[in-house]
Amino acid sequence: MIVAEPKPIKEILEMVRDLKKILIVGCKGCVTVCNVGGSKEVAILASTLRIAAKKNGKEIEIGEETLERQCDPEYIEEIKDIINDYDAVISIACGVGPQFLSERYPATRVFPGVNTRFMGGAIEHGIWSERCAGCGTCVVHYFGGLCPIARCSKSLLNGPCGGSNNGKCEISGDVDCIWDIIVRKMMEQGRLDELLEFKPPKSWMTARDGGPRTMTREELVK
Amino acid sequence: MSEYKSGSNLEKVLKAGHFAFTGECGPPQGANVEHLVEKAGHLKGYVDAVNVTDNQTAVVRMSSWAASLILLEQGLEPNFQMVCRDRNRLAIQSDILGVYSHGIRNMLCLSGDHQKFGNHPDAKNVFDIDSMQLIHTVKTMRDEGTFLNGQKIDVPPKLFIGAASNPFAEPFDFRVYRLAKKIAAGADFIQTQCIYNMDRFREFMKRAVDMGLHEKCYILAGVTPMKSVGMARYMAKQVPGMDVPDTLIKRLRSAGKGKIAAEGIQFAVEQIEEFKEMEGIAGVHLMAIEWEHRVPEIAEMAGVLPRPKV
Ligand code: SF4
Ligand code: SF4
Repeated sequence: MIVAEPKPIKEILEMVRDLKKILIVGCKGCVTVCNVGGSKEVAILASTLRIAAKKNGKEIEIGEETLERQCDPEYIEEIKDIINDYDAVISIACGVGPQFLSERYPATRVFPGVNTRFMGGAIEHGIWSERCAGCGTCVVHYFGGLCPIARCSKSLLNGPCGGSNNGKCEISGDVDCIWDIIVRKMMEQGRLDELLEFKPPKSWMTARDGGPRTMTREELVK
Repeated sequence: MSEYKSGSNLEKVLKAGHFAFTGECGPPQGANVEHLVEKAGHLKGYVDAVNVTDNQTAVVRMSSWAASLILLEQGLEPNFQMVCRDRNRLAIQSDILGVYSHGIRNMLCLSGDHQKFGNHPDAKNVFDIDSMQLIHTVKTMRDEGTFLNGQKIDVPPKLFIGAASNPFAEPFDFRVYRLAKKIAAGADFIQTQCIYNMDRFREFMKRAVDMGLHEKCYILAGVTPMKSVGMARYMAKQVPGMDVPDTLIKRLRSAGKGKIAAEGIQFAVEQIEEFKEMEGIAGVHLMAIEWEHRVPEIAEMAGVLPRPKV
């Protein structure tokens, strides 16, 4: 899923300082799963803003909506009748949400309420970890099913570097060296020869380096 | 066709079967040419080539190619270092052409320390290719005469290709294989990480020799003399992939006040003596960090003078 975390409340308060009518829009997709942008979080943010306004002696009106998904025009459409009642929207979906809203409702100011971090998953309750950098050409099968592009600090395809230390990456004792894990796994499985194969420079054309990406699947286009 | 791949002094020394002795010089954090010339001057006549570091530890310094050219003007042979952190394959290939055009003949290919360590931790890194692919790039340009895209190069650069090896990083069992991989990718010579744990290094070299790696590539053992107990402790704890045994720290400490640096040098000299005899070792790479002026005396004590003229 796409993993996000709440923006500091101070930052949000600063963004909407001069606004009186705000619609907070959540999303039932990834951000609900990672406890940052679902209906529960919409309610919490709404009451936080109300309390802050009250403390400052300001009048404020907050609307609350949580859409099925914010990365789908069909659901973005659902707020078309109410959106004009508000000065601005705070989207607490991933970075796709505020953009789909901005594109559909050009007259409305849209603020991001979360920081979108990465594609990954929960390795424990409350702990998320990156797994994929969306390079567009998946090659994890060469590396014991693990991705050095997203998970090695230097995206080495012929790792590990000389900084690998007790299973940890040179950048921090809190970061696993994925190459340590790859090498141990492959050696245990007797697949050393595969690791000894030189991996040539990767084409980053399918990654973000190739420019903003659009994908068309003809069979689905009506 | 020349019998040499690059014709660098380092290549000639190694090919003639001499025990090579290389030094290192970090460019200044500024445009202080005078200081660079002074530091490098200490090495002149005492080493076969001088490694010029490339924004080492991700701290901004004068570019390694520019500092290499200054050394060249001073009559020293540079070993131009390049990291993959700061350049993509376009910049890498054009810099290779550039340095070669100016007379640089040795190049050390590195991935580079992550910028998180350095003085611009907010920077975006590149890592378009890794050190293995960099070795392959220089080799392709030299031996195939083509760029990475297969396009022909109008006068290909002929560089003597160096790579690093850290025998002490984890996983230990894989390190010798990674060395083999670098050699297969095109490394002509290897400079190892600073060695302190001699037992572990002997084991590493034994494996390398068993695999015949020393016959395919010149392996230079990395030596950095310890200046103080503090430095030894720092290296042991703070520098990733560095293996400093307690016995060495103890040895330095028991040398007593005012004699620790001399003891550090003594240890380095003993190491060099052993490397001269060690099977598979073709030379020593002395990284006397900000201690360039001590290099002549270390070279003298280690009996590696005079440097051969080939
Ligand atoms: S190889 Fe590319 S697509 Fe596959 S997990 Fe890694 S970044 Fe994602
Ligand atoms: S220590 Fe491991 S994860 Fe970190 S940069 Fe080196 S190989 Fe990659």
